[in-house]
Amino acid sequence: MEKHVVVIYPHPDDESFGAAGTIAKFREQGVPVTYLCGTLGEMGRNMGSPTFANRETLPEIRKQELLNACKALDIQVQMLGYRDKTIEYENRSQIADDLKARLEEIKPSLVITHYPPHAVHPDHNAMGAAAIEAVSLMEPEVRPTVWAQAITNTYVEDLGKPHVINDIRPYLDKKMEAILCHTSQASGILGQLTDYENLDKDLKEKAEKRLGYEQFYIWDFEK
Amino acid sequence: MKSIEMEKVQEQLDRFTNKAVYVHVETTNGAYASHFDDKAYNVGAYVRNAEVTFHQAKIVGSGNAYRVGLKMEKGWIYAEGLTDWVMQEESKMLMAGHDREGRLMVALQISETPFSY
Repeated sequence: MEKHVVVIYPHPDDESFGAAGTIAKFREQGVPVTYLCGTLGEMGRNMGSPTFANRETLPEIRKQELLNACKALDIQVQMLGYRDKTIEYENRSQIADDLKARLEEIKPSLVITHYPPHAVHPDHNAMGAAAIEAVSLMEPEVRPTVWAQAITNTYVEDLGKPHVINDIRPYLDKKMEAILCHTSQASGILGQLTDYENLDKDLKEKAEKRLGYEQFYIWDFEK
Repeated sequence: MKSIEMEKVQEQLDRFTNKAVYVHVETTNGAYASHFDDKAYNVGAYVRNAEVTFHQAKIVGSGNAYRVGLKMEKGWIYAEGLTDWVMQEESKMLMAGHDREGRLMVALQISETPFSY
């Protein structure tokens, strides 16, 4: 069993769309989970549907949504204070040093992050690269395992079959609850899937297909 | 935000002429444009808290989308596709264009004090 799991992603909602089922499963086993969230998603395009946020109110709204989602998932959260869409322009070593210090404090046995550069959004790739650099800077005997998540359209062709395939369909209700905490983002991203409880059978199957599995590669630090 | 009314926007724009102001300009089609459509490109530009002075400001357009141009001594700033606006904390003028799903496509914002950074 894991001792403590740290999730490192750049945006409020990455944790819910990307790993909420996996997180819920760990929490069910009593494993503590901490989310290190890089930014407040200040540059998000989705402003709610119908729109209720604007560029200036969005950060505070998304911060509250993040806290709500972390409460729903029953996990700790640390906000790292970077700015959405700028992580790749930051000094990666500085981010890695910051992450390493936090990991040394939390002492996780497992870290979940994005697989650079197979994670589409520049922030995903930059944050994932910094997270992997942070772990690689740790002494091999204290290094946590890293599960890296790829989300490109071609990741299986490019990287092979993921090492960890979590069927999280038993936790899909919890995952939807976490996703829907991100009110300003969920409808724009999910479209009609937001009314999960009242979906007809076809759409429910579609939701399960799209959200029911969370896949990761175990990072090889020897390579 | 609410739908743009030209006269009201023009009136507020005029309040910012001939003084040092901070401008936020952005346009984006999102970080996933080429993920969902391999023939598309991800395109965006972003300027936050540029300090400028303009002596002329004008809103143009009709129907569902507007253009705003700001004339400076040594250049221009403009944005097109603006649909909505609001005065934030009475001092920050926010204008944005949203698509049919409510996603931000373009923004032009003017303030006498810096936007949070």
